[in-house]
Amino acid sequence: MSDLQKEVSELERKSATAARLFDIRRIIGGLFVVYGVIVTVAGLTASDADLKKAEDININLWTGLGMLALGLFFLGWLWLRPAVAAEPEPGEEPSDPRSSNAGGARR
Amino acid sequence: MQSPPTSLSQTHVTLAEGLRLPTNGLDYAILAIYFVVVLGIGFAARRSVKTSLDFFLSGRSLPAWVTGLAFVAANLGATEILGMAATGAQYGVAVVHWYWIGAIPAMVFLGLVMMPFYYRSKVRSVPEFLLQRFDKSAHLLSSALFAFAAVLIAGVNLYALAIVVEALLGWPQWVAIVVAGFFVLAYITIGGLSSAIYNEVLQFFVILAALIPICVIGMKKVGGWDGMTGSIEKQHGDNFMTAWGGTGIGDPNPLGANWLTIILGLGFVLSFGYWTTNFAEVQRALSAKNLSAAKRTPLIAAFPKMFIVFLVMIPGLVAAVLVPKIGTAGSDLTYNDAIPYLMQELLPNGVLGIAVTGLLAAFMAGMAANVSSFNTVFTYDIWAKYVVKDREDGYYLKFGRLITAIGVLASIGTAFIASSFENIMSYLQTLFSFFNVPMFVVFIIGMFWKRASMKSGMWGLIAGTTAAMVNYFWIYKQGVIDIPSDQGANFVSAIVGFVAGAVVMVAVTLFTAPKPEAELAGLVYGTVSPGAEEGDGVEAGDDAWYRRPALLGWGAIVLAAACYVPYSF
Repeated sequence: MSDLQKEVSELERKSATAARLFDIRRIIGGLFVVYGVIVTVAGLTASDADLKKAEDININLWTGLGMLALGLFFLGWLWLRPAVAAEPEPGEEPSDPRSSNAGGARR
Repeated sequence: MQSPPTSLSQTHVTLAEGLRLPTNGLDYAILAIYFVVVLGIGFAARRSVKTSLDFFLSGRSLPAWVTGLAFVAANLGATEILGMAATGAQYGVAVVHWYWIGAIPAMVFLGLVMMPFYYRSKVRSVPEFLLQRFDKSAHLLSSALFAFAAVLIAGVNLYALAIVVEALLGWPQWVAIVVAGFFVLAYITIGGLSSAIYNEVLQFFVILAALIPICVIGMKKVGGWDGMTGSIEKQHGDNFMTAWGGTGIGDPNPLGANWLTIILGLGFVLSFGYWTTNFAEVQRALSAKNLSAAKRTPLIAAFPKMFIVFLVMIPGLVAAVLVPKIGTAGSDLTYNDAIPYLMQELLPNGVLGIAVTGLLAAFMAGMAANVSSFNTVFTYDIWAKYVVKDREDGYYLKFGRLITAIGVLASIGTAFIASSFENIMSYLQTLFSFFNVPMFVVFIIGMFWKRASMKSGMWGLIAGTTAAMVNYFWIYKQGVIDIPSDQGANFVSAIVGFVAGAVVMVAVTLFTAPKPEAELAGLVYGTVSPGAEEGDGVEAGDDAWYRRPALLGWGAIVLAAACYVPYSF
């Protein structure tokens, strides 16, 4: 192994990202649910002027529902396939790599 | 950095007066929520940063779908979005070339062919690969140029943001520069690359939520695809709605390029140079958790990339129908105004807030991609190799945070300079675009020809850059050979630079010493990386059919080719 490979391997062993980085699916899901609700409500209360501007499409309603669906998809994915939270001994791989994390980081 | 092609013409977003959006409290609330989440991601990622590798490369531990979406999003900055919509309004359907031939093949090549060399050698940056494969002179040259260009482009991005925000929201330019600069500074300094990548993934979805409603309403307004085609062909002729119409050699077309320069210049040299050697992109793949995920990063990115073109082309074409004189003296609107104009005309409050948020998010992500690659190259490749060597890792982590802050402040300074000396900035950008040209030739020869000598790397870089510049500034600008447009000249210069770089590399190799064979292990085709198998970190499930790199890669190529069919006859 080259010196570089040794150095980076050593850093990989000490790295904390895998064990400690949160799962982005939670943030995407949360933000899009919030946005989805806000925009859907704006669609439900849309004025005639709003509708006319958007070529008689209730764009707030449809966009809001779409964003809500995306948000729920990410939360559902997270719920069905959660990232493994437990931190194994340094250098060891988890015993069941299948469950290891669709969205979180390695290990 | 942005894609190669529009770099010459669309870096300076100038917006027409009178594009002020009718934003209200609802829109600002949506924007405020986003800013809070951006900072929150930075703080939440902070506890995962323990080593310099965590800070600069997310500890090489992210899953492929995250790095893949970040790979697309890092390129999907706002200058790209506004610029590509402008290209659509100006040249019509020909804008698809920047995606289907100008991105997909290069992304697939990066994933299938080059990634094993990059990832297994454990290099932490693109210049570091040059150090391993060639020598210090090639390394220092490319590191310094990259660091300088990254700050410059981050600054130009910030300036473009300020212009757009001033036109759309009415904020003074300096407020926009300082606010956006501060947020980028905060979330990258605190959370490092993980924070940048997570924000890019989020930005990807927000920008989709911003562009899709614009396309839907826009299409209805102009009477669907057929209605739009009819109006446009009446105004601009039949070729405007085809990809290849009028691109025969010698035929005049607005692009100023023929099929050969499109395929070789854009599709081969410029695109491969950008997608496979630009560290702001490659860094996303290097942060993946194992070799399989690293290979899949650009391949997963290829699929959304292929279809994003519709989301920027349609607003461009719709704007061309609604404002037939767009971009000419007969209209207040420039081509860059296409998307802001449609936002103003079509979006009610609510979705408008999402669109404004998406645009600002795209600006910040475009800047953050440059900053997060700049700090890595500056710390690992310049500081740790030539200035303060062999210190403990904690020192470089601290230095990385410091240089991130300095880099952002320098970009803010650049943005202010750009606002007073716009011509100098666009000249500098043109200049730097030529340094990317020979990168790909140096990489491809370095990766596939064992004999290529240590010195040939640096000379290939210098020769390719010089040749491309001579072609552009002298042969084209002085009119020695007639090339119809800047765009076309850019394609030809790229081809010239590539050929010159290749010839010089071969010539220099014949007279200088090769790299010792033992040091090339894992860097050149036909050699095996030490510890390759165990280092690949294969996970169960990676052999599922939908995770096979070859299938994903060739699938992307076939699909991109199929996309051309409806626009080619």
